[in-house]
Amino acid sequence: MFRFSEIKKSFLVALWLMFLTFPIMVIRVNTIYKTIEWRWERMFMVGIGAFFLSFLWRYLHKKKEAGEKKAEEAGTLPLAQRLIKNRQFSIPAAIGLGIFIIAFPFIFSMYQTNIMTTALIYVVVGLGLNIVVGLAGLLDLGYVAFYAVGAYSYALLNHHFGLGFWAALPIGATFAFLFGVILGFPVLRLRGDYLAIVTLGFGEIIRLILENWNAFSFGPSGIANIPRPGFFGMDLSLSQSITYVYFLMIGMAIFTIFVVKRLQDSRLGRAWIALREDEVACQAMGIDKTRTKLSAFALGATWAGIGGVVFAAKTTFINPASFTIWESIIILCIVVLGGMGSVLGVIFGALVLILLPEYLRAFSEYRMLIFGATLVTMMVFRPGGIITDVRKTYKFKGLKDKQPTV
Amino acid sequence: MKPILEVTNLTKDFGGLRALDDISLTVGQGEIVALIGPNGAGKTTFFNCITGIYPPTKGDVAIIPPGGKKIFIKGLKPNHVTQQGMARTFQNIRLFQNMTVLENVMIGRHCRMSAGIPGAIFRNPATVREEKKVVEDSYGVLEKIGLEQFVNEYAKNLPYGAQRRLEIARAMATEPSILLLDEPAAGMNARETKELDDLIVRIRNQEKISILLIEHDMKLVMSLSDRIYVVDYGKKIAEGPPMEIKANPAVIKAYLGEELDA
Repeated sequence: MFRFSEIKKSFLVALWLMFLTFPIMVIRVNTIYKTIEWRWERMFMVGIGAFFLSFLWRYLHKKKEAGEKKAEEAGTLPLAQRLIKNRQFSIPAAIGLGIFIIAFPFIFSMYQTNIMTTALIYVVVGLGLNIVVGLAGLLDLGYVAFYAVGAYSYALLNHHFGLGFWAALPIGATFAFLFGVILGFPVLRLRGDYLAIVTLGFGEIIRLILENWNAFSFGPSGIANIPRPGFFGMDLSLSQSITYVYFLMIGMAIFTIFVVKRLQDSRLGRAWIALREDEVACQAMGIDKTRTKLSAFALGATWAGIGGVVFAAKTTFINPASFTIWESIIILCIVVLGGMGSVLGVIFGALVLILLPEYLRAFSEYRMLIFGATLVTMMVFRPGGIITDVRKTYKFKGLKDKQPTV
Repeated sequence: MKPILEVTNLTKDFGGLRALDDISLTVGQGEIVALIGPNGAGKTTFFNCITGIYPPTKGDVAIIPPGGKKIFIKGLKPNHVTQQGMARTFQNIRLFQNMTVLENVMIGRHCRMSAGIPGAIFRNPATVREEKKVVEDSYGVLEKIGLEQFVNEYAKNLPYGAQRRLEIARAMATEPSILLLDEPAAGMNARETKELDDLIVRIRNQEKISILLIEHDMKLVMSLSDRIYVVDYGKKIAEGPPMEIKANPAVIKAYLGEELDA
């Protein structure tokens, strides 16, 4: 089963890792007694671990390649899409999921519900970024700026004019939309890395303005006492309010999924994908590049704005520290990890990336390590994301008898 | 014969380099015209200039759709040129790889549709009708080109010859009155080239689309075209029917090489 060459390879890998980790894993200087401890047993552990892991790695790699070949030959859909197509599975699963979603805040603690709400905000925001990055192929690293625009719209409008959540929601979304257009204009000619740099700059500009323009945004101290969303003027206790925001977010997530799904299979959605695939050909086929790009930016930003308003209402306190580049990266990771252009993938990605760190608090020291390792393994084994996007297919009469001739 | 495309004195400079020098060209209604020349002569630059991908330095480009008025298209954006009825294919295949064959063709229909963001979200009856019609029309185009068996296949999975044909199908979906083909037979074998020959003639005869093509396959050019323009170093050196071009000493010298003179 194992060929000698493979054992040799793994052995060399183990040897190399033992050598590399030698200074940090084996040597420890005791500064008090001024002695050096040699922890040789650790070196063996590294060696044995590396040996087996490299075997596992190669095994998975082979399996993946075989699987790809098989899928290509059979022309089958990826697992997730197959499960959805299968009615026997999907209908009970959907009912079960529905019950779970409704029962969630009553089964689990307030803390859990709160985390879930956060994850749902990221689902909405991630789906928004999915329009920009996944569909239109415009790498946006400053996406969190629109999130900040939404959050500050609500916070400031409430502070100065006493506007409630429901009035601020459309206004925040509109502001984010406008900012999307404002950012969209100067970057119309850019793509790829250049676009990424400019959007990164834009994100930082917004954050720095919020941090330094004290008269406008109250600087780093932020804005406190933002009211939670009202429910027909009723006074809600804290736990009621958290449950309410949770259901609000569920509704919003469903609304977002609905809209994004419809956009994806529309005239505009196709134009976005064409823009992603080939800008020159897309224009030559009669698609207005300017409008398509701007609409992608603006629509993507709108969802961030909505997410931002809810975020402000949920936490009741915002300051610029919530809108750093790190947030942009997390949202981007959600889209890339979940599967670019795939709605299901982004939902899954958001839930995994936001919930997992919360439940892995026990290993919080290793959180970043796990996060990084996950990303690397992902890109090696599933470069298209956890759930890859599958394009809509159409059925035609009389096509069945014809077989593809190559 | 009424002209459908009129290019007059087209000049294009890239910095100090004159890529196109005072080229005039007309394509008549229902004509198949070929543009030939050695590598680097400026043929593709010419296509890029008249379709709006590069702005020309000087000169004018106009299309006269059958039964319509003359429209000057110089300086228009590529998408507006396409809207006015001039579609093109590319020398190096530029399909939308991760879209299905049908969707590729549906992109071609984009500029003949009107649904916007509200239409996409609310799916009002007009949008649904439009969408249905687009699917049917696009399928119709695929049937004409003979690609209907690949309809739900990803464009990247198509065999090479079919990818070339899909480019033509996509361009035809924009309802052009003139079609520009940039080396449609590049990389095709003899059988595929013959099929392409038939296809181009069929497009002209049945769809009433005039054709301007760049091609290196001399056999195809000679059998297919009504008239031929020859460019070399950005200058037009000859024009006329295939027989004349074949015998033109300047063309032989520039294009086929001097040793053939002997």
